[in-house]
Amino acid sequence: MTKEEIKREILRILGEDGRLSAADIAERLAVSTHEAAAAVAELEKNNIIIGYSAIFNESELPESKVKAIIEVKVRPEREGGFDKIARRLSKFPQVSSLYLMSGGFDLMLEIKGSTLQEVAEFVSSKLAAMDGVLSTSTHFLLKKYKEAGKLMEEEEYSERLKIVP
Amino acid sequence: MKNSYVAPHISSLPKSGIRDFFELVNTMEDVISLGIGEPDFITPWTIRESAIYSYEKGNTHYTSNLGTIQLRKEICNYVKNTYNLEYHPENECIVTVGVSEALDLVMRAILSPGDEVIYHEPCYVSYAPEIRMAHGIPVAVSTYEKNAFALDPDDLEKAVTDRTKAIVLNFPCNPTGAVLTQEQTEKIAQIAVKYDLIVISDQIYSELTYEEMTPSIATFPGMKDRTVFLNGFSKAFAMTGFRVGYACGPKEIIDAMMKIHQYSIMCVSINAQHAACEALKNARQDMEMMRNEYCRRRNVIVNAFNTMGLPCLLPHGAFYAFPNITSTGLSSMEFAKELLISEKVAVVPGTAFGECGEGFIRCSYATSMDGIKTAMEKIKTFLDKLKTK
Repeated sequence: MTKEEIKREILRILGEDGRLSAADIAERLAVSTHEAAAAVAELEKNNIIIGYSAIFNESELPESKVKAIIEVKVRPEREGGFDKIARRLSKFPQVSSLYLMSGGFDLMLEIKGSTLQEVAEFVSSKLAAMDGVLSTSTHFLLKKYKEAGKLMEEEEYSERLKIVP
Repeated sequence: MKNSYVAPHISSLPKSGIRDFFELVNTMEDVISLGIGEPDFITPWTIRESAIYSYEKGNTHYTSNLGTIQLRKEICNYVKNTYNLEYHPENECIVTVGVSEALDLVMRAILSPGDEVIYHEPCYVSYAPEIRMAHGIPVAVSTYEKNAFALDPDDLEKAVTDRTKAIVLNFPCNPTGAVLTQEQTEKIAQIAVKYDLIVISDQIYSELTYEEMTPSIATFPGMKDRTVFLNGFSKAFAMTGFRVGYACGPKEIIDAMMKIHQYSIMCVSINAQHAACEALKNARQDMEMMRNEYCRRRNVIVNAFNTMGLPCLLPHGAFYAFPNITSTGLSSMEFAKELLISEKVAVVPGTAFGECGEGFIRCSYATSMDGIKTAMEKIKTFLDKLKTK
């Protein structure tokens, strides 16, 4: 396997399960642990792998969080276009994801807060008030069925025969 | 009073010697099974969803005996793109109830009583019985670990007699995971041409090839007109329960197969055919994903066997590892039974696939990675216990 192939496979493997160790990856790809560790380190160093996080089933968490998707229309700046305002918005810890969108609005933010009021407060006092923000439209999330490719409820497993030639 | 109500060619069919072992496995709870010859993945959703849609639309009728023309077109298109083999959907392709039915049809279509059919062992359990049920004579050619379980063309040629009608090939192979090289395939093709034999190429595992895929024997000179190409949806698309396979081949043989199929089966379930159509149209990525996962599991399981001292070749296709257990001093059956009782891990004794499978066990890696890892630890424990005995 070439170094590039190893890296491509690692992205695939860690994309499915970010907790696998270099040794786990190595045995799956039939390469040495050293090779796998080096490739992961390189991907991290080059900012291709940005980080690792867990996926929660929010309805089962001890403390419930409020999440909202906010569509934002902004006025792009003459220099820097949407990037400048997007960068400023992305620095708020309440903003968990931020995307530039095609279509009827410009930026899509995912906001996390402890209560509905907290999110509303952030939207009215910080977001809507920011220079260049023309309008916002807030959608609260009611229930999560799937995130990052994982279903919140496992599919029912239908039993296989124990031995099949 | 007659001696028996059952026809002699059926009553003489050997009962699978491992039936008792299977029964034993089925009575045990909490078994980790490496004995399952079908994908652990559930059929990709896009396929299941189209089956549901097919029912909703009221598709509840018979289809053409050969299968819906849409599916046959998709199959022929797929076979052309994947295997570089061109067949006419109108008369060179038939949709069957899995490859199992296609095998049955082709045997009945081509064999006269006493005709011999050569196949390679260790192999899938149905070949010899299928040949016998069609009043043919099965002729097994052994394959060996030293040849990576590929069929040696010289051994094949030695088995040819003037009664030989056909050769069955199954590569990638269940249970060994073996594949043929291009040279071996070419030599086998030459033998088929030399002795005017039909080749039945069961390629149900071809999509699950982890290194470069050897071209189908049907692509070699003089072969397309004498090869029946068998494939299906069970393994590649995790659709075992849908029961859809197909045969492509010369018009004359497909036509004969169609006659038997039309009288005995009529047609494959219309909804399963719709699902199969969707598989070819929109589930290639799902297939890739599953193949990638099998490949990773293969690397893990093969490495684990070799590390614990059970030599295991790297299977280039299918989803079976076939480690050599002779160093334990146990027979395949003893190994499988003792492992099951001691560690609750089920594997299939190599002898289930022919006598030359003695000394080997078949371990399916169509099982979750966690299951494989736990099973490997348990087999290691079992080996340690054997040593201290």
